[in-house]
Amino acid sequence: MTKTEPAAGSVRRLAGTLHRRPRLQLSLLLSAPLTWLVLAYLGSLAALFMSAFWTTDTFTSNVVKVWSGDNFKTLVTAEVYREVALRSVGVALAVTVICAVIAFPIAFFTARIAAPRWRPLLVVAILTPLWASYLVKAYAWRIILAEGGLLEWMLSPLGLDGPGYGLTATILVLTYLWLPYMILPIHTGLEQIPENLLDASSDLGARTGRTFRSVVLPVLLPSIAAGSVFTFSLSLGDYISVQIVGGKTQLIGNLIYSNITLDLPLAAALGTVPVVIIVFYLLAVRRTGALSSL
Amino acid sequence: MEGKAIRLRSLRKVFGKTEAVAGIDLSIADGEFFSMLGPSGSGKTTVLRMIAGFEAPTSGTVELAGKDVTRLAPFERDVHTVFQDYALFPHMTVEQNVAYGMKVRKTPKAERLRRAEEALASVRLESFGKRRPSQLSGGQRQRVALARALVNRPRVLLLDEPLGALDLKLREQMQIELKELQREVGITFVFVTHDQDEALTMSDRIAVFQDGRLEQTGTPAEIYERPATPFVAGFVGTSNLLAGETAEQVVGKPGTFSVRPEKIRVLKDAADDPEPEHSTATGTVAEVVYLGDATRFLVDLDAGGRLTAVQQNLETSSEDVAAYRGSRVRLQWHHRHNFPISQPS
Repeated sequence: MTKTEPAAGSVRRLAGTLHRRPRLQLSLLLSAPLTWLVLAYLGSLAALFMSAFWTTDTFTSNVVKVWSGDNFKTLVTAEVYREVALRSVGVALAVTVICAVIAFPIAFFTARIAAPRWRPLLVVAILTPLWASYLVKAYAWRIILAEGGLLEWMLSPLGLDGPGYGLTATILVLTYLWLPYMILPIHTGLEQIPENLLDASSDLGARTGRTFRSVVLPVLLPSIAAGSVFTFSLSLGDYISVQIVGGKTQLIGNLIYSNITLDLPLAAALGTVPVVIIVFYLLAVRRTGALSSL
Repeated sequence: MEGKAIRLRSLRKVFGKTEAVAGIDLSIADGEFFSMLGPSGSGKTTVLRMIAGFEAPTSGTVELAGKDVTRLAPFERDVHTVFQDYALFPHMTVEQNVAYGMKVRKTPKAERLRRAEEALASVRLESFGKRRPSQLSGGQRQRVALARALVNRPRVLLLDEPLGALDLKLREQMQIELKELQREVGITFVFVTHDQDEALTMSDRIAVFQDGRLEQTGTPAEIYERPATPFVAGFVGTSNLLAGETAEQVVGKPGTFSVRPEKIRVLKDAADDPEPEHSTATGTVAEVVYLGDATRFLVDLDAGGRLTAVQQNLETSSEDVAAYRGSRVRLQWHHRHNFPISQPS
């Protein structure tokens, strides 16, 4: 080419203008998603916080827009709310730990032992349960856990009873539902550990268990933390599984749900509890460096 | 008598359908700097990994210090490896990396720290203990990997192309340092490389690998001056082979002969009589490559074939050199530089 072709046509002119004005380019790129984020996402969150400070007329059950901190006072003082909040955090932690324990060997197989050409297929297989509706899976578990259901039938030869509906069943179902979210980051993390790192540890005298504790786990910690963000927050916010298989179990989620029609401001105040817990959880997780690898 | 640090007997390794190592017999003496040289895919790294215990041989045995270790795990062998990509633990500091082997063996903490410090000093990284590997340059990481392996005082140190990722200047410097370090500590070094200069510079002995087999084992001088096979002649230094009729005319005997390029003198006057005891050949200069300190001539022989000759640029400059292109020359070298090569049948 001997000389530069002059820009022709309006599209080229526009492209040229944008190239010379990076700020204009950036604002065109981001204005629509930012509008969505600020109005729909942060807006509804702000509405939640505001309505948490309103009150309900006990007689008519109508929302009265009078500012008061009574809802939060109730949350802190009433025994039942503290109990439910602690139970919810306990469930979320239990689900997270069980998911991590189950996910590691599966991810180890899919990322390091299975033949490389099978690995993408295995990852797809792990993801397939996510294609089915949440409700269908939860009700499937309701049938499995039912009295005289599949689980009981399988356990009876061993002289064991099924857990029935309740807290155990809730943890079981939540673990089942969120497991793929834990397997995937661990799989990716394991895939990225260079083989030589494991060889080097063994070469320096470490047995398999030692290599696992001193090399694999610390290197994998950010991946596990990333997976736990999903399992923890999804479990903490869940209100459907507990209704389907939880029996009489109360968690924050279904407490909020049942209060929406009765006392909307109190439900809103309850809704801030998981938000606050998850913010603290994220702050803790950030220390592991997991958020920078998400 | 010197002890044998390593002894390999009929060592074979098959991956699926490919035979990576096709029967190797080799012994390496205590305190030797031994290089395994070969192109990529020649099986040298696989042999190294079998010595370390990362791969189990398909058949054959590995002996370390007279003891059969073929079935032992890497952590049961008195051998340490320096990996090509260093394989430093990213979540540990330099000091923790170096102390890892001692920590695993439950060495008391005070001794651990003292020895880690010493090891880091021996590779001139004393002030780097608290850093992370990611904060170091390639050459520094390489030295940490060395310190981490040497601090445990293994009987044998295996080095898998440890200088491959470094730039030329640093590589040459590290070659000298490695050799000095090896002399100091007296540990047997087994060094895998595809770089012939590296192997020639550092080794006491070299084994040349091709297609999973040993082509030749010997001192650098033996390998370079008297290559045993055409492959060795070509891989170590420039291939300069005289074969068939050309060999009969030039050398005066049938067979295949190797001549090193720097032994050949390029004489401008093609008509001169040859000196006694010298082989000679006339030809046309096909190409001249100016290398700065030397010049490489590619000469098409009248008798057939092509020879490469290298001359030091004692008084010539690049302009003089260019004038040679296309001119008639006579090549001459002493008989003793003709090395017969056994031709695979």
